[in-house]
Amino acid sequence: MNRDEPLVLGIETSCDETGIGIVRGRTLLSNTIASSMDEHARYGGVVPEVAARAHLEALQPTIDAALVEAQVSLADIDAVAVTSGPGLAGALMVGVGAAKALAVSLDRPLYAVNHLVGHIAADILDPDAPPLEYPTVALLVSGGHTSLLLVRDLTTDVELLGETVDDAAGEAFDKVARLLGLPYPGGPEIDRAAATGDPNAIRFPRGLSRASDMAEHRYDFSFSGLKTAVARWTEQTRAAGDEVPVADVAASFREAVVDVLVTKALAACEAHGVPRLLLGGGVIANRRLRDAALERAAAAGVAVRIPPLSLCTDNGAMIAALASELVRSGRPPSTMAFGADSTLPVTEIQVAERTADRAGSS
Amino acid sequence: MFVAARRIGSSPCSQTCTPITLEGVILGIDTSIGTAVAVIEPDGVVRAQLDSGDPRGHAEVIGDHLARALAEAQISSGEITHVAAGMGPGPFTGLRVGIAAARTFALGRGIPVVPVVSHDAVALDRLLLAALTDAGEGRFAVVTDARRREFAYTVYEGMDDDGLPVRVTDTALVPRDEIDATLEALGARRLDATVVPAGMLALAAARAVAAGRRIAGDDALYLRSPDVSAPTAPKRVGG
Ligand SMILES: [Zn+2]
Repeated sequence: MNRDEPLVLGIETSCDETGIGIVRGRTLLSNTIASSMDEHARYGGVVPEVAARAHLEALQPTIDAALVEAQVSLADIDAVAVTSGPGLAGALMVGVGAAKALAVSLDRPLYAVNHLVGHIAADILDPDAPPLEYPTVALLVSGGHTSLLLVRDLTTDVELLGETVDDAAGEAFDKVARLLGLPYPGGPEIDRAAATGDPNAIRFPRGLSRASDMAEHRYDFSFSGLKTAVARWTEQTRAAGDEVPVADVAASFREAVVDVLVTKALAACEAHGVPRLLLGGGVIANRRLRDAALERAAAAGVAVRIPPLSLCTDNGAMIAALASELVRSGRPPSTMAFGADSTLPVTEIQVAERTADRAGSS
Repeated sequence: MFVAARRIGSSPCSQTCTPITLEGVILGIDTSIGTAVAVIEPDGVVRAQLDSGDPRGHAEVIGDHLARALAEAQISSGEITHVAAGMGPGPFTGLRVGIAAARTFALGRGIPVVPVVSHDAVALDRLLLAALTDAGEGRFAVVTDARRREFAYTVYEGMDDDGLPVRVTDTALVPRDEIDATLEALGARRLDATVVPAGMLALAAARAVAAGRRIAGDDALYLRSPDVSAPTAPKRVGG
């Protein structure tokens, strides 16, 4: 295998995107995605069984399309990578089964990696960005997760500072969009509605932000209380016979989410003396979140990195990129025994590494 | 510059089956019950056969089973000519692992996937055994657990000229307490299966390919729609 510039195919099926990515070293060759989002729209959220069925059907055509775009054949692949978790168990299992069989079929090593760390690895595929500096704080926000991490090294040392204790931020957007009669997915809809609204019209609560929360939940997030507050506010407004000012509610809700995300991320930077913040996950596509993070980070002397948006949503390229880094740092492949781990902790960057080989190879 | 993310629609895969020769080696994969993998020659000689016998853990086991089956058969993956995929019926989560594995294994070698109804493998096994003992099986139903207080069944009667089991009914679901009455009405003896022999799955595929026939569709035999309902109006939170 080419250990300096390995050609890696990554498979990502943790949620509703079937992502196949191909990288050579740190160079992105293909980021191909088939999404089942449309099939979930009428349910107002991702339905695990619908997602898993869609993965099974999308896998082969997505791999084919990725190979065509990258202009490589499977015989050229040096290693196969797959998301082991966290994510939806049934969805993850489709990718794990596919990746294992592909690795055996091609007789190539297999790297089982952590989805969240993959979001950070997306950054190294940005050809225009200087190399990632350590340590860095990372804020990952999507429909499936809201996590604050301290990254000391991408392949060896990632610490979980905090995460959501209930809904992911993206889920909160979906649920509030529904309350306001807006379609799924909620993020872009809330954004559109908020464009003409006043973000300070209604003061919605910031979850886990009281002084009494700081001991146990300093870097944790909670969005279910916020959703309930929006529901109560709109109900009371309607009960009073008034029309709900959708633009103001959307803008104020979004401001509450953005405020708590940015405040906690910058607090983590300050507490750990780390003047670097990496943003990742699909919700980073939210312009207001990016603008607020950039503005407030600049004021705090924190440098913000944002991978290209096409690599912020779930994708296979970030999984391939993380595996590529593992190969480049001489790490042995995973054993075949791993499974889908829906709650895989972020500290487990690579799953089921062949520990017996480890001493010899590094 | 950056390669933009490409979004493609999902579409069912279509396979074209290439003719089988006597030099063929068929890999059979079925995860409709346990994790079953076999390597056979087209005449039915089983070179390797493994089954976890465990209705869980398919994703954990499948890779090792594939690697071990190749090792036991003493062949490389490049010598496999066809992959038989057990399409169910079976619990969805596990079933998909085997179908996904069959498809990517085949993709890796540029060889065809031959879909097979998992019950066919059980029926073929029973019919071959009956032929050996001259027992004559009559009409029988392969019955497997479909969870949610239901069984999945397929009724068979004899083998056709291609050596494949003849299905009298399509695979269907029935409440557990109605299975016996249903089978009685169909005049079929009940044959409960707790194992799908992957070697027989591969043999059914080999016979289908030799006869130039397709004996199963490309879609998993879910037999149920995804268990979801459209959301109702948002719940009131009080006040
Ligand atoms: Zn994600």
